[in-house]
Amino acid sequence: MKLHEYQAKALLAEFGVPVPEGSVASNAAEAIEATKNLGGTSVVKAQVHAGGRGKAGGVKVVTSPEEAGAFADSLIGTTLVTFQTGPAGAPVHKVLCEQTMDIEREIYISITTDGGRKRPVVIASSEGGMEIEEVAQNEPEKVFTEPIDPAIGFQPYQGRKIAGALNLPADQVRPFVTLVDACYRAYMDSDSSMIEINPLVLTKDGKMLALDAKVSIDDDAMFRHKMMAGLRDTSQEDSLEVQASEADIAYVKLDGNVGCMVNGAGLAMATMDTVKFAGAEPANFLDVGGGAGEEKISHAILLMLSDSNVTKVLVNIFGGILRCDIAARGLVDAYAKADRRPPLIVRLLGTNVEEGKQILADSNLELTLVDTLEEAAAAIIK
Amino acid sequence: MSILVDKNTRLLVQGITGREGSFHAERCKAYGTNLVAGVTPGKGGSTVLDDVPVFDTVEHAIAETGANVSLIFVPPPFAADAILESADAGIPLVICITEGVPVKDSTFVMRYLEGKNTRLIGPNCPGLITPGDHTKVGIMPGNIHISGTTGVVSRSGTLTYEAVGQLTARGIGQSTCVGIGGDPVSGTVFVDVLKAFNEDPDTESIVLIGEIGGTKEQEAAAYIKEYVRKPIASLIVGQTAPAGRRMGHAGAVITGTAALASEKMKALEDAGCHIIPTPADIGRVVQEMLG
Repeated sequence: MKLHEYQAKALLAEFGVPVPEGSVASNAAEAIEATKNLGGTSVVKAQVHAGGRGKAGGVKVVTSPEEAGAFADSLIGTTLVTFQTGPAGAPVHKVLCEQTMDIEREIYISITTDGGRKRPVVIASSEGGMEIEEVAQNEPEKVFTEPIDPAIGFQPYQGRKIAGALNLPADQVRPFVTLVDACYRAYMDSDSSMIEINPLVLTKDGKMLALDAKVSIDDDAMFRHKMMAGLRDTSQEDSLEVQASEADIAYVKLDGNVGCMVNGAGLAMATMDTVKFAGAEPANFLDVGGGAGEEKISHAILLMLSDSNVTKVLVNIFGGILRCDIAARGLVDAYAKADRRPPLIVRLLGTNVEEGKQILADSNLELTLVDTLEEAAAAIIK
Repeated sequence: MSILVDKNTRLLVQGITGREGSFHAERCKAYGTNLVAGVTPGKGGSTVLDDVPVFDTVEHAIAETGANVSLIFVPPPFAADAILESADAGIPLVICITEGVPVKDSTFVMRYLEGKNTRLIGPNCPGLITPGDHTKVGIMPGNIHISGTTGVVSRSGTLTYEAVGQLTARGIGQSTCVGIGGDPVSGTVFVDVLKAFNEDPDTESIVLIGEIGGTKEQEAAAYIKEYVRKPIASLIVGQTAPAGRRMGHAGAVITGTAALASEKMKALEDAGCHIIPTPADIGRVVQEMLG
């Protein structure tokens, strides 16, 4: 689950990370009020789940409360298109108004969990404000990674090590160590999968502040963070994907026209790839999950069909936990309920495959039954 | 002819009285696995599946039955606790099927296992199977496997079945098939399994199935280049996945260049692996590789 910048900063501030003064506004009047409280000038930033806001016109330094109001008014209720949102853009419902400051230096800091090391890592770079991927590619010597032992947590000496690598001035080392420690505690306590402060700024008057912040929470840990569920902004997500996640179906919308319904994430990716190699484009990733029942299968297919781009459907089930007869029943049910019935290619294998095929045969549903991925590929482009 | 599980496996199932646990425990037993015990706190003293005793604790189950492999089916909030209980009781091999274990829990578990004699496979994995010894410790359909000398290792469940299905259709038998799971932090990674296959005299060739996300495949490639001389065929899926989106598996996210399918394929090809171009070609490429 992604947080908005203002939510991320509130979380970090709770743990003691210094953030700029400011407040979030849902309309022009609130933006005017917020900017007044900041002394008449502010930075107004669109709140969307995407980077690249500045270049996309979603961030502005304003010199009067009225200007803040006008800018907020021009943003709220519109969609912002950045290089990360795709052409559809992300809707802006709120702006964050923050104090302006004179920046001396920008640095990069993040915490994530490294699957290779099997532990959290602090990643830091002197190149603040840049995409860390780019820095890692072009100037890898400027990216510093410090693994944290989860048994004892972040230690001050590690903070001093990173500060040294960043060449921080002596008087900034201590605040920096405290700040990273606070980030680490926020990361662990909230079950984050990523905390990124980019940039972390040193101001001309000697302060250190998180100027921008991104936080993602591990979806699998949400069961023990019920209070945080309210932070989810589903308007930033695709509506079909929101419906799917509510039904516990792993679904990602893509741009093609071949709807794919599969059990298992690996096989679902393999199916998408097969569609592509056949010369067509997959409309979605869809993993209905291992223990799906008839209703969930039916629901998943109807959901997939509600994407109007879908003009062909490929169902690929390798029964393990999921039985083929259940899958076949769900499929027949969905096609009976659907308001449109695009051509259907079905592949059933594994547990109870004969029963599954019999159910399809008895249903008189028009479909192309295939046995192998090769045949599926051929049927897609036919 | 195998790694990790064989005819000496004495299986314990944690969560054996649950819906998934009882269903799969029965399947494992029916396949021929020596299922010796179950553990469900509060249900100790009962029996399930005709003659399998249920215990309250893993420690008690080991003392009474000599169990040496544990298979876990408990819900995500309790999975880490179940793994730790088995490790603390000294079980050398623990397989966690549970999907949706928080990454932080897995991180703590892996830290606890450092220096201990317990190997964890998973979480979020299908388990493993040694067809030649009729030993299945997982949720895969047993009947698609045949005994042979090809080892299979994969991050996926159903895609492993797909691979095995294609191998079996061509008469290519398997020594052991291991699903390491789709989570970003997993107990056992490709390198661990490759090492075991490399040292197993009865595994003559290997199929490695990877996917987008993380760097496990690159680590595998580096190991292969240095140590493995057995022929390896490799498929990477997610070639059409968009960046930044989780493809079902928590670990299947393109977070940077290294996470791309193309980068992984390049690394494995450089290491001398036979690249399987599309998921439909698994059987064909392995057969050509074996000559």
